[in-house]
Amino acid sequence: MSGRRSSGVTLPPFQTLLDEHADTVLRYLRAAVGTNEAEDCFQETFLSALRAYPKLRDASNLRGWLLTIAHRKALDAHRARGRRPVPVEQVAEVAVTDDRRAEPALWRAVRRLPAKQRSAVFLRFAADLDYVQIGQAIGCSDAAARQNVRAGLAQIRKGWAR
Amino acid sequence: MGTMTDRIATLIARAEQEGLLDVAYATVDSPVGMLTLAATPKGLVRVSYSDTDRVLEELAGEISPRVLAAPARLDGVRRELDEYFSGRRRDFDVAIDWSLVHTPFRRAVLERTARIPYGQTATYRDMAEAAGNRAAVRAAGTALGANPIPVVVPCHRVLRSGGDMGQYAGGVERKRYLLELEQARP
Repeated sequence: MSGRRSSGVTLPPFQTLLDEHADTVLRYLRAAVGTNEAEDCFQETFLSALRAYPKLRDASNLRGWLLTIAHRKALDAHRARGRRPVPVEQVAEVAVTDDRRAEPALWRAVRRLPAKQRSAVFLRFAADLDYVQIGQAIGCSDAAARQNVRAGLAQIRKGWAR
Repeated sequence: MGTMTDRIATLIARAEQEGLLDVAYATVDSPVGMLTLAATPKGLVRVSYSDTDRVLEELAGEISPRVLAAPARLDGVRRELDEYFSGRRRDFDVAIDWSLVHTPFRRAVLERTARIPYGQTATYRDMAEAAGNRAAVRAAGTALGANPIPVVVPCHRVLRSGGDMGQYAGGVERKRYLLELEQARP
């Protein structure tokens, strides 16, 4: 049966996005904002995605689309936290160890990077996006995305070697 | 923190509150095989014998891509189907969404079909006539073959003139099973 959608894009049932990408989105958010705040960001990410989904024009990279939304929610969380009197580390540190795939100290080091480098490194390594997708997510060229990843990694290595 | 299942349950509850759950679906085991059920806020929109993934793709294209697994929304239908298959229910009492029925003639045929009593049968010609076009026997057959809500809209109760079984979207074996369950006589 053919879709009747005027945009001509065939969008898969939203449940497919949950089944295939919920783990990736959660992993990305845990790395980006810490385990606790990742929960709210996860809900906000998928609610925003659901709101926007019927009007989506390009279904070729749904994972990248979700991670771009997750990235914006993580930025919102960082901003909100900046306005709160609570120090960052105290909020983020609780029980990060339950995620065996993330090295908490390392992600904390990433969270201390300047905003663009931080985003680029997260999207590259927590979300596994390529440089073109990272560029789309943070609003720069793919070359600049690559440069931000490289600079971020150099910065982390410096701190690590000390 | 909970599991991913809890997280997704929370999300679906919030989506429903915010009016973002356009199509809820569930699967249910039955004596005629696994059924995929789907409902919109208006009512039951689909019952299918086909592969669930294909049904969901069809719903995403035809109704809305906001299709989510929300079995609680189908609890009422599931209970009534259980009762029907165990012989304790003769009529379904659920709201129907006819969105997948695209022409007035087909809708008329199916609404008439929904009123054929449990355990009784009618013919394709009866249905064509009831829908206002006595000659459109073949079109009535097509309308029944495309019934998006089988079992609940009992197209299995429609036979060829003379009592021949005719066809069924879920296969003639299922049609025979349902008629025997109801001990139907032509």
